[in-house]
Amino acid sequence: MSIPAGLEALRFSFTGTQPAGSFAPVLVGVVGSGNLEVMIEPLTSTTDGAHSECRIDVTTSARGFDPIWRAVAEDFHTRHKLAGVAISINDMGATPAVVNLRLDQAVAQLRSAKP
Amino acid sequence: MEHMNWNTQQTNRQARQARAAEALGLQRQGKTVLAEAIATLLHAVIEPGDRVCLEGNNQKQADFLARALTQLDPARVHGLHMVQSVLALPEHLDLFENGIASKLDFSFSGPQAGRLAKMVSAGQIRIGAIHTYLELFARYFIDLTPRIALVCAQSADAHGNLYTGPNTEDTPAIVEATAFRGGIVIAQVNELVDTVPRVDIPGDWVDYVVLAPKPNFIEPLFTRDPAQISEIQVLMGMIAIKGIYGEYGVQRLNHGIGFDTAAIELLLPTYGEALGLKGKIGSHWALNPHPALIPAIEAGWVKSVHSFGSELGMEDYIRARSDVFFTGPDGSMRSNRAFCQAAGHYACDMFIGSTLQIDLNGHSSTATLGRISGFGGAPNMGADARGRRHASPAWLKAGAQAREGRGGVAAMPRGQKLVVQIVETFREHMQPAFVEKLDAWQLAEQAGMAIPPVMIYGDDVTHILTEEGIANLLLCRSDEEREQAIRGVAGYTPIGLGRDKRLVENLRDRGVVRRAVDLGIDQRDATRNLLAARSMRDLVRASGGLYQPPKRFRNW
Repeated sequence: MSIPAGLEALRFSFTGTQPAGSFAPVLVGVVGSGNLEVMIEPLTSTTDGAHSECRIDVTTSARGFDPIWRAVAEDFHTRHKLAGVAISINDMGATPAVVNLRLDQAVAQLRSAKP
Repeated sequence: MEHMNWNTQQTNRQARQARAAEALGLQRQGKTVLAEAIATLLHAVIEPGDRVCLEGNNQKQADFLARALTQLDPARVHGLHMVQSVLALPEHLDLFENGIASKLDFSFSGPQAGRLAKMVSAGQIRIGAIHTYLELFARYFIDLTPRIALVCAQSADAHGNLYTGPNTEDTPAIVEATAFRGGIVIAQVNELVDTVPRVDIPGDWVDYVVLAPKPNFIEPLFTRDPAQISEIQVLMGMIAIKGIYGEYGVQRLNHGIGFDTAAIELLLPTYGEALGLKGKIGSHWALNPHPALIPAIEAGWVKSVHSFGSELGMEDYIRARSDVFFTGPDGSMRSNRAFCQAAGHYACDMFIGSTLQIDLNGHSSTATLGRISGFGGAPNMGADARGRRHASPAWLKAGAQAREGRGGVAAMPRGQKLVVQIVETFREHMQPAFVEKLDAWQLAEQAGMAIPPVMIYGDDVTHILTEEGIANLLLCRSDEEREQAIRGVAGYTPIGLGRDKRLVENLRDRGVVRRAVDLGIDQRDATRNLLAARSMRDLVRASGGLYQPPKRFRNW
């Protein structure tokens, strides 16, 4: 994916213990000033069926906040320990408070949507 | 024994009045002076070096008199010492630029804070001190009594009786100090009437009345559009209601001016109701008539509201809810900043408001570099009332938490006021609200202040509330615990990331730090749907059409 000028792309990867299994992608939030969009999709692999990875890709308009994103991502993973998910975040300068809220909303939707 | 003249002030006052009578001639009829003769009047009664109070309130402004004062001849009128609570208009500073005034004692300069800082560093203004409102009013009666008061009212009769309308604000304090100590009181009014609706200032305290060509300026300072309240503010409001209001049973309180507390006002009839807290919290308020309080009032939560000033558009609603607001026999509200400040200080169990910066000791300040703004009433609202002697459950509980297990002088049973600072960990543009060192230190150095301008001192702050939860500083027993409790709610700011995770978890176990989840709050419930009004239109509807917001808030 190409990143438009001015945006910053970050990737965080963790090993989870709570397999998400298969599910329809979940989308919460909107890309608007001070807000963000979070999408969670199953992480699919062509080599084997087991997915322990929780991969978080962040595209943000606010540059220079890598340490904060890392801390937010680590805390998120400590809370949920998801495995087999790809999380895409499109951020327009949301505060960590809003990021956490959207991430938890997305996980709640993921869990409630599962059979 | 040598003869002493003990009445120089009265003699001088009469001399000023005689000069005015001569200069004005037929431009004066009794106490009424023609607007076009205002410069003649001011030149006649003001002497160089006079202390002058040019009524600049938080909301209403004696703008006609302000403009007139700037246009005087500096050769005749100069060296004035201005003593007024708020510097709101450009004219308030123009006076210093054109050599009419030289010294300033004040409380708040919000809109002019940047220019004031520049003029102070250029040596154009000497600041005596920056006060709280109550502190400045107190000095009007000790060593800063105005010689000239230029005040503002809605209407006057031929005797000089003034009707201020709902925005009485500072006028009684200013006029009382001036009129009873040989000073001259001049009022600008919007209309001259045969009979005023009620007498807010008795006519024999007023020397001259001028019909201003235009109604005085007034700012709707306390209107917050619910449409701008964020989910995070809803979350913080839920934490506040459950973790502090409900926890302490806070019945008597003052709210700050921001969106954080507007959110709380709009959550009382919904979230507060669901928690079963109606009748147990939020009954008596020292508060301007916030439109955001309408849904709570309509739902029967609010028994009384006493106000510092009024709020544009709320007049008819207030009139129709006279059980709640302080109103005169004419039906309109009477506010009074001095009394409401005293009420907020002595008779309220809690102050909750926002800030810009908090340090590791809990000192809190809105002072930022390049701006000399002062704090208005916040330091009196946000301070334990050391002179208080009456007890209430909330006050006793806070005091008991602060004193538990302590000996010596702290062993004496005593209550404490709840002083809550509510902030998001990051402000707009990702500015952290938590800092190692307040900007106030550098500002003090730049502006040559004796002490850093701190809004609320750390030893008065009892709780810091963020989206990360509540730090209860009453329960901290050492500076280290206090620091870790503050770091514990500072989220992803550098201060928050620098916390000792083990110590913070320890404080959580003891209830010193409480997260939303610890309070049984699911942050996913924090949606705007929980607000009792989500737009200005909702507020109007809730008021049964009685609230009439100013045009700029009519966005439907």
